[in-house]
Amino acid sequence: MGPDVPQPFGCALAKQVLCRATAANPMADDPKPNSDLTVCAHELSRSYGGAVVVRGIDIELRRGEVLGLLGPNGAGKTTTMQMLTGNLAPSAGSVSICGIDLLDDPAAAKARIGYLPEVPPLYRELKVDEYLTLAAKLHRVARSQISAAMAQAKQRCGLADIGARVIGTLSKGYQQRVGIAQAIIHSPDVVILDEPTVGLDPHQIREIRALIRELSGQHSVILSTHILPEVEAVCDRVQILRRGNIVYRGTIEALRQRRSGPALLVGLRRGPALDELQQLPGVARVEPADHGLLRIVQRNDQDCTEALARIAVERDWGLYHLAPEQATLEDVFVELTEQET
Amino acid sequence: MIGALAMKELRVLFASPLAWVVLAFVQVIAALFFLVLLQRYQIEQPRLAFVPGAGGFTERIAAPVFGTVGFVLLMVVPLLTMRLVAEERRSQTLPFLMSAPISITQIVLGKFLAVVAFLLLVTGLLVLMALSLYLGGKLDLGLVAGNALGLMLLTGAFAAAGLWVSCLTTQPLVAVVGTYLLLLVMWLVNIGTEDPASFLHALSLIRHFDSFGRGVLALADAAYYAIVIALFLLLSIRRLDADRLRT
Repeated sequence: MGPDVPQPFGCALAKQVLCRATAANPMADDPKPNSDLTVCAHELSRSYGGAVVVRGIDIELRRGEVLGLLGPNGAGKTTTMQMLTGNLAPSAGSVSICGIDLLDDPAAAKARIGYLPEVPPLYRELKVDEYLTLAAKLHRVARSQISAAMAQAKQRCGLADIGARVIGTLSKGYQQRVGIAQAIIHSPDVVILDEPTVGLDPHQIREIRALIRELSGQHSVILSTHILPEVEAVCDRVQILRRGNIVYRGTIEALRQRRSGPALLVGLRRGPALDELQQLPGVARVEPADHGLLRIVQRNDQDCTEALARIAVERDWGLYHLAPEQATLEDVFVELTEQET
Repeated sequence: MIGALAMKELRVLFASPLAWVVLAFVQVIAALFFLVLLQRYQIEQPRLAFVPGAGGFTERIAAPVFGTVGFVLLMVVPLLTMRLVAEERRSQTLPFLMSAPISITQIVLGKFLAVVAFLLLVTGLLVLMALSLYLGGKLDLGLVAGNALGLMLLTGAFAAAGLWVSCLTTQPLVAVVGTYLLLLVMWLVNIGTEDPASFLHALSLIRHFDSFGRGVLALADAAYYAIVIALFLLLSIRRLDADRLRT
């Protein structure tokens, strides 16, 4: 994995060239990390009837990575994924999958993509096996390998013993799994999942997340969601979209650090007046926080945790909670997606 | 690839009772008509045996059955084609095909060929029915073949038109009504013209069937159906491609 610091978008064109260069010789064992670029979207834009839905976004993904595409509803996540999978022609920009341009050679590029749309595209009348066989055939799995590919996909998605069931009779959770199975049956380089856990129960959500983590071993995965714990659980990197723009790109850790200020949460059963706390060395500000806790903002570069604990014991304040404040991803997300333009 | 797609369409088609009902319905109508004609033939044969040009077995029994079934299929084919694309739109399964490494042309051909395969089955059963006349005498096989080919071309045109209308909507019901209207207009386009040389006759769907019905293999008539089929398939491809480019 390359550097995960938020990077300026300008470098994308150079990578695009590299991305194409490796296409000419896919077998080359190029030591450069860029040779592993599986998705390379550059300046992707889409407008519907004058309204710009996606505005010049760049997406890059390397083998083995899970990228989370985050954003509130209507931010352009689905539109972006439709463009990456060739379901929607971009108004401007280019997409290449493993170095193959999606617009120049759609068939070859699409053969390397597995896509699960928001609504799983299932033929309710077919049996699971019939449907997966069709998916394998359409995705050019060699005839002799279809049954092996199908067995593997079914085993991974927990469908092993329902191959003979008609899809329309399956529960929502199983239908979702069939949708995922059809996206991975041809071992695509890139798996693109649009809100894969919507409508599932917590148990199924865990299973699907475990599956996504497992997939990232051999495939690159792009995942769209507006559920934040999901991103924390499975993604290596995130790109946050807001009204068609990327407002953040980077690792989850970097995202979290954006907000974790130098604050402590303190719980005191017999706490003194706020003024007294304010006088302690290293304390910049004290304010009440949720659940009866106090939020103590420390002065820059000063850690007063130890001092605070000692004083609290000395003065018998009844200390029961002392921990650095963790900004939740949710806070960061809301901040990033709600600020005015 | 096209074959796998056509198989899927046939599976979906036969998963609903509709296809079976249609098959049975067409067979019953054809058989009834066949028996009526056979009976009339037996009654009239002693009188007509010496009339020149009255025609034999094939002209008076087999050929009219094909013509009738052609008309029955005008009402039936739209029911078979209505779901082809409209249903995929409605249940949002189109991305499954659109994100597979197949072209839109292949998608359209696969769907069209599935209906053609169904129509081939219908026509095949009719041919068998006609061949049963061998039990009582000699059959004009050329005439039967001409009728069968004409029926396939005629109903193939129905199917292509139905496929196109299905591409235009998300509601199978709208597709079936739309196809009826389109086919009726194409069928009856020349009905108001007195002038036998009017170009409207050249546009009518049914007039080009006449030559096949007489066992004449007219290239112009075959070309007419081929052009109608190609036109509607092209329009379907254009329409589906427009989905990707929609603004």
